Amino acid sequence: MKESTIMKIHYGTALASVGLVAVHILMRLTTGFADSLSYENVLANYQSVPYVIMLELILILLAVHGFNGLRVILLELKQGRVYEKAVSYGSMVGMIVLIGYGSRTIIMTNMGMT
Amino acid sequence: MAQVSSIADEQASTPLSSPKSIVLRISKFNPKSDESSKFMEFTVPYQKWTTVLEAILDVKKHFDHSVAVRYSCRQATCGSCGMMINGKPKLACFTKISELDSDVVTVEPMNNFPVIRDLTVGFEKLFEKHQKIQPYLIRDDSELESDEREFLQSPQEVEQYIQFANCIKCGLCNSACPTMATDSSFVGPQALAQAYRYVADSRDKGKDSRLNIIDESHGIWRCHFAGSCSQVCPKGVDPAMGIQFLRGYLLGFRS
Repeated sequence: MKESTIMKIHYGTALASVGLVAVHILMRLTTGFADSLSYENVLANYQSVPYVIMLELILILLAVHGFNGLRVILLELKQGRVYEKAVSYGSMVGMIVLIGYGSRTIIMTNMGMT
Repeated sequence: MAQVSSIADEQASTPLSSPKSIVLRISKFNPKSDESSKFMEFTVPYQKWTTVLEAILDVKKHFDHSVAVRYSCRQATCGSCGMMINGKPKLACFTKISELDSDVVTVEPMNNFPVIRDLTVGFEKLFEKHQKIQPYLIRDDSELESDEREFLQSPQEVEQYIQFANCIKCGLCNSACPTMATDSSFVGPQALAQAYRYVADSRDKGKDSRLNIIDESHGIWRCHFAGSCSQVCPKGVDPAMGIQFLRGYLLGFRS
């Protein structure tokens, strides 16, 4: 993939994350900030399908943005063919693992498996 | 260990009627024989017009002619005498001692370049990266026929790139760039500014080719817009601005 395409995704995920995380934080205000973080209320949030979709989107956006950011930092830190391949593929694997594990948590909680 | 020497009255190139003198600290390092650099100190008289290069040449002439320094034109045109002067990348021939406002002037080789010896650094990578971005006009009809005129441009078209054509390849921008300090593969502000110089030229048709060259993992996207390159350029080129314009092409804001 071209670096400009990767960076467009990087900037796009940053902008979208800011929007969705803002909504996510505003949702805390619907029942009072402290109450919204109580165990039952957090679990109840996962029963709302639109909210679950938003959480999944935030997870994907932040994982893509974060791991690409990490890749960029590591590429600037050290150079070398093998190292750069390891960083690129390592970031990709890390991103997939994080999205997989996060999605599993979201789905299990949505299904009531706590 | 530092050694302090003074120029004898009758030997100084700057007349000793000058009441002012500075301590010139010169970094000495030969990568073939030395493990680390050391500073030699010399007391050098100066007038308000004396440049750092003239002070170094005084030292070379009277104390230590082994000091390695690259220079040629002495008028900020050839781009040979770039070095760190009191911690900042500058041209030695274009920096007056009086404007440094310091009693001690420390000169070191430029950062982000391999040291050949003392103040002289290797420019191979700089020229390699410069060459990589195709620094010439690319056209289908590149050769002028004998009955043709030159490629005409309006003053507005010239205005688009002319400041970038002032680059003298002195390497100060690359030396000041914080990305180049850790990423030796980064194409660098000098080459990127030159890429923009040709992309913005209305006579050139090689935009896509150049944008492809700089659109790679150690290309234009590794610039974090610190702006140091533009701060240190002795010819008033603004590489940071050129880089942002190039990004505009790649992001689709410019065509």
